[in-house]
Amino acid sequence: MSLLLFIEQALNGLQFGVMLFLMAAGLTLVFGVMGLINLAHGSLYMVGAFAAAAVAAATGSFLLALVASFVCAAFAGVLIEFFVIRRLYDRDHLDQVLATFALILIFSEGTRWTFGSFPLFLDKPDWLSGTVMLPFGIEYSLYRLVIILVGLIVAASLFWMIARTRIGIRIRAGENDREMIGALGVNISLLYTFVFALGAALAGLAGALIGAIQSVQVGMGEPVLILAFVVIVIGGIGSIKGALIGAILVGLTDTLGRSLLPALFGLFLEPSSATSLGASLSSMSIYLLMIGVLLFRPKGLFGGV
Amino acid sequence: MNCILAQIRCRPGKSYAVANEICLREIQSELYSTSGPFDLLLKLYVPSSEDIGKFVNDRILDIDGIERTVTTLMFKAFRNNKPNGGNMKLKSFLIAASLATAIAGAASAEGVKVGMITTLSGGGAGLGIDVRDGFMLAVAQSGRNDIEVVIEDDQRKPDIAVQLADKMIQSEKVDVLTGIIWSNLAIAVVPAAVAQGKFYLSPNAGPSALAGKGCHQNYFNVAWQNDNLSEAGGAYLSDEGFTSPFLLAPNYPAGHDMLTGFKSFHKGEPVNEVYTKLGQTDYAAEIAQIRASGADSVFFFLPGGMGISFLKQYADSGVDIPVFGPAFSFDQGILQAVGAAALGVKNTSQWSKDLENETNAAFVESFQAKYGRLPSLYASQGFDTANLLISALAVADVSDADAFRAALEAADFASTRGDFAFAANHHPIQDIYVREVIQEGDVFTNKIVGIALSDHSNAYVDQCSM
Repeated sequence: MSLLLFIEQALNGLQFGVMLFLMAAGLTLVFGVMGLINLAHGSLYMVGAFAAAAVAAATGSFLLALVASFVCAAFAGVLIEFFVIRRLYDRDHLDQVLATFALILIFSEGTRWTFGSFPLFLDKPDWLSGTVMLPFGIEYSLYRLVIILVGLIVAASLFWMIARTRIGIRIRAGENDREMIGALGVNISLLYTFVFALGAALAGLAGALIGAIQSVQVGMGEPVLILAFVVIVIGGIGSIKGALIGAILVGLTDTLGRSLLPALFGLFLEPSSATSLGASLSSMSIYLLMIGVLLFRPKGLFGGV
Repeated sequence: MNCILAQIRCRPGKSYAVANEICLREIQSELYSTSGPFDLLLKLYVPSSEDIGKFVNDRILDIDGIERTVTTLMFKAFRNNKPNGGNMKLKSFLIAASLATAIAGAASAEGVKVGMITTLSGGGAGLGIDVRDGFMLAVAQSGRNDIEVVIEDDQRKPDIAVQLADKMIQSEKVDVLTGIIWSNLAIAVVPAAVAQGKFYLSPNAGPSALAGKGCHQNYFNVAWQNDNLSEAGGAYLSDEGFTSPFLLAPNYPAGHDMLTGFKSFHKGEPVNEVYTKLGQTDYAAEIAQIRASGADSVFFFLPGGMGISFLKQYADSGVDIPVFGPAFSFDQGILQAVGAAALGVKNTSQWSKDLENETNAAFVESFQAKYGRLPSLYASQGFDTANLLISALAVADVSDADAFRAALEAADFASTRGDFAFAANHHPIQDIYVREVIQEGDVFTNKIVGIALSDHSNAYVDQCSM
């Protein structure tokens, strides 16, 4: 494998990881601050993609579609936080899992009613299509590069918000002791609604960004949700930094595994068994990574003590 | 749950009023009136998330007439085992079950009952819905009201498909099973179903495992053997002078069949063969490999949403190696979602909406009238499957298995594909066409541009002995 191909694959892995980060950031915030397992996070990703596809079809503007995905997913997040999730904070995790699983089914069926079972069309705009030449003669998709940039900007703003703003202080405080910050006069339920809406909006944005290069269809959120859970387990539950590092690790492992493992097995196996063994093993690679991390850091890379 | 006992002393003359109030609140497990210093003995379970003191205070002590209570927390419950009781339960259950079976058996005496297990939710839902709609259209057009169809969603999961098949065979008592889209599900369901004497008519999946040594007299495939469309693809690419293709397919039985079929009819040497995870949505890594491979063409099999993702990402990658594939990534259900990225791509199919024969014209028109969308090849397969079943029912009763099987083998029905016959292993002999993706108005669809293989059978006929 040439160095150029390796760099391109690493960029692909980075892009995949950044996309996972957008999902995982919301999930880990909600879990860390609110102690809530939200299986319906994938549905919010789907809501974002469908909102974007609908708005893009109606207006033809991709930027409007992105805004719509962000706003609709945040709005859906506020709605479910207010009507459903709020009743679950004091219940145990099994009740939360059951209720949010029900939300998945409701969202999937509702989307199917509204938009039908067939995939929707959503494409990137012309000004983001095509490829760009990077240094060393690497030809890379402009749109994927933009996804990497958007993801890194979101990550940076999240870090800034958590570390430097008053709301960030409250979120961190809520993570440590929710009763105490309630007693200090912070409106904890408003804070929870905000955190949930923020997580939902990020998931929706990820759905719209990814929907433009993948298929926008019912059930598109669940496979990503599983990966996002892997990311937060690896990164450490509740840690934004962990989510970023975990997402990039998972993205790189998955992408490089897919391209390198079959070639690696090809060195000492016959081609047909090398490809099928490589394909099977590479689909396990991120779970092997997770096992490895948990063996040495049972709370994840940046998990609290 | 925490178990507690509360002894309650009431104001004189109030015991029964208090007991009544407790009952109305529906909190008691057991409630007795007792002799001695206390009047009532209450046993109740408090959810472990609740504070017991608060629970007693809020839910019991506010009842008017209670003077004082003594609350006792219970720790471990000791009980002796009752093996006899368990046996009794099993016995009565067996009796009930056998009664239920007898009743169910009596109910299914005439007509035919079809169990359709197909994918109606999740990523592959469009395929199952098209098969179902095509099938039900044919049933409705036949005018027969003695065909009962039970439809269930397998969610593209083999374990669920197996459960559904068991349920349909054992409690629904279906005569014929059909509907499965995915080869891994078909391999899990079909052998057990046909071994129990049921007929299975496949409207889609045609894995090689069920066409060769694993063939069965009650298994019929109305669509194609999995290799077929790719065999046509291999032949077409050879004819067009592409000698070093890059091959891409998901890592599941149909993916392996497709690439096997391609290689057996293609004269060149593939530069690489890549298997991806079933349901994968990001193909950046594979596209990078294609870019670096130096291939002169790409042949890929990625059905449903996987194909949408791949085509959009491929169009965006700036790689200009021409792509080809079997019809599954270019069916009517997904072309609109792919958009212009698929325009001009050649694909191989046993069916197309512009195939010229009377049945097909009528099918396309009535499907569009009923469902408000153009049919896909999956819909045509569902339609043909139902018509095959109806044609056999006209000749023989399904309870006469040998006669019914002979009627199915005759394949005496008007197919949307024109000529249709079964090979010795119950897979179709049919023409396979090359189609091109075109745009009609603002709708993307396919147009036939030539025949890749005519009267084509499959490679596994000789391995099948039945």
